[in-house]
Amino acid sequence: MIFSLIQRVAQMLFVMFGISVLVFLIFFATPGADPAARIAGRNASPEILEAVRKSFGFDQPIYVQYLTMMKKIFVTGDLTSFVNRGWKVVPAVMDTIPVTLSLVIGAAVLWVVFALLIGIAAAATRGTWVDKTLMMLGLIGISMPVYWLGEVMNLLSQSRYHDTWLFSWVPPLGYKNFSDDPKGWFLTLVIPWITLSILYIGLYGRVLRAAIVESLQEDYIRTARAKGLSETRILLRHALRTSLVAFVTLFGLDFGALVGGSALLTEVVFGLQGVGKLTYDALLNLDLPIIMTTVLYASFFVVAANAVVDILYMLLDPRVRTA
Amino acid sequence: MLKVRDLSVAFRTEQGMVQAVDHVSFDVGEGELLGVVGESGSGKTVSLLAVMGLITDPNAVITGSIQYRGRELVGLKPRDMRALRGKEIAMIFQDPMTALTPVYTIGWQIAEQVLAHQKMSKAAAWQRAIDLLAEVNIPNPQEAVHRYPHQLSGGMRQRVVIAMALSCNPALLVADEPTTALDVTVQAQILDLLRKLRRNHGSAIVFITHDMGVMAEIADRMLVMYAGRVVERGKKEELFLAPLHPYTRALLDSIPPLTGVKPKRLRAIPGTPPNLLNRPPGCAFAPRCIERFEKCSAEPALGSGNHTAACFHVSA
Repeated sequence: MIFSLIQRVAQMLFVMFGISVLVFLIFFATPGADPAARIAGRNASPEILEAVRKSFGFDQPIYVQYLTMMKKIFVTGDLTSFVNRGWKVVPAVMDTIPVTLSLVIGAAVLWVVFALLIGIAAAATRGTWVDKTLMMLGLIGISMPVYWLGEVMNLLSQSRYHDTWLFSWVPPLGYKNFSDDPKGWFLTLVIPWITLSILYIGLYGRVLRAAIVESLQEDYIRTARAKGLSETRILLRHALRTSLVAFVTLFGLDFGALVGGSALLTEVVFGLQGVGKLTYDALLNLDLPIIMTTVLYASFFVVAANAVVDILYMLLDPRVRTA
Repeated sequence: MLKVRDLSVAFRTEQGMVQAVDHVSFDVGEGELLGVVGESGSGKTVSLLAVMGLITDPNAVITGSIQYRGRELVGLKPRDMRALRGKEIAMIFQDPMTALTPVYTIGWQIAEQVLAHQKMSKAAAWQRAIDLLAEVNIPNPQEAVHRYPHQLSGGMRQRVVIAMALSCNPALLVADEPTTALDVTVQAQILDLLRKLRRNHGSAIVFITHDMGVMAEIADRMLVMYAGRVVERGKKEELFLAPLHPYTRALLDSIPPLTGVKPKRLRAIPGTPPNLLNRPPGCAFAPRCIERFEKCSAEPALGSGNHTAACFHVSA
């Protein structure tokens, strides 16, 4: 168990290294393009181009360039955006991480809790109108695009019904730091959390129901019935427990991707300066250092989330431990 | 102790009713081992699942009477059935590879059943699990309780399933082809084990199988089922030495004799069992029977004696 854990972490570090090399090569060693010109941005003066060349070591062998880049990102943290006139990239990305994490973690809590409730309730009442209603609601949740839902939420809570008792508590759009104003942090995020989680509640609720219903067909459920256990216990301790593997797999992938910037649409709609928004802005004005850093950050997060999922597997499924 | 009368189980399907079990009656005495034989689809498993109250299909229609020690089980409240199941009536399943929940240790799974029916501490239940594993001859039980099902062989898993079934000292044990999925040497060990446990616990056992050899080993009395009906019942010796029903005779002809002249080829029974959906009237075995005559187009009834068969050759 300990050995497989260490092995898994080592594997993760190796994959991260591989990704960093690949991302670096894509941005800096693409044939026929001068990385200095791209970093310097459109219509850059020759002096700036020269400064970029010197700063990134483009006159040196490629591995030195790679090491310089990694040093700038991970060690000294002084990677500079030339497009945005001397913006320090690493602190800029670091500033956006808490925003995205607050948004995604909050939504994740919501979607896990409600998906579990819906999945279990639907599986327990399978075939009845309760099950059908829940699954229909889930399908509606999946079908609503997040940018549309977000705008509708804004329309209701910020303008149409803002002055009614229902939405008068909703603060203006934007993000408040948790350390400065915990209450404001919570209130500004409630609506984004709900908006982001609805899709996943529907998706996960449906997936979980299907997994539980499938588990209920297994022979060991018949054994559990023959043991004289209650239906609740059979559902929760036997069917649900063996269905969690599918749930956790999906969660790892979605959570990693969202933290890595896929919550972009939600961030844009609610005016949250998160990683997705930062990447989006950087893409608009081709700010290579920022793109490089956020892409690295995002892929690292996906890899790390997958490693966590694999470790959770070991806890959930004894058959994986020895393998 | 178990009195089954006119038990019928039918499943509603889109094509109509499938009569899986058709007016089956039998008794099991205290401490007795009743063998139920028949080919696949003859209704042997379904009738015993009905006894266990384990038919969960909402399309199943169960009629008749199942009395366990004077208590009627058909139509019993699920809650009361649950209290009985696993405690007084336990079941061993055919495929030990899939009968255990993969994510829990075997000790946990045995203790779970003990705790569901008896008031005792978790530590005591755990100790009980260790004792049970020792009883079913699992080597090193203190260590084995921490094993997961996937770490055990098929034979070992079947022992665990048996240990679990025995955990509350059931008065009646239903064993549904417990040796079918195992290889022959392990089969013999499991049969030995069941015999030993029967001596020690005095449980009555209903043993379902399609293996006449296994029956010859362990049964006291036997029930031969065909197409959802009982076609012959009697003591094991009577059934093996003087079978009444042509189907029983055909079954016996299809296993090699231990003594005497070995036939060049074993006799197989031609044809297949009838479709249980809209079965034709008359004796269900008639189309495959070499002894059929005019009367067979009517439905033969099972006699009332101890050794009797549902065949016009017998009653006529």
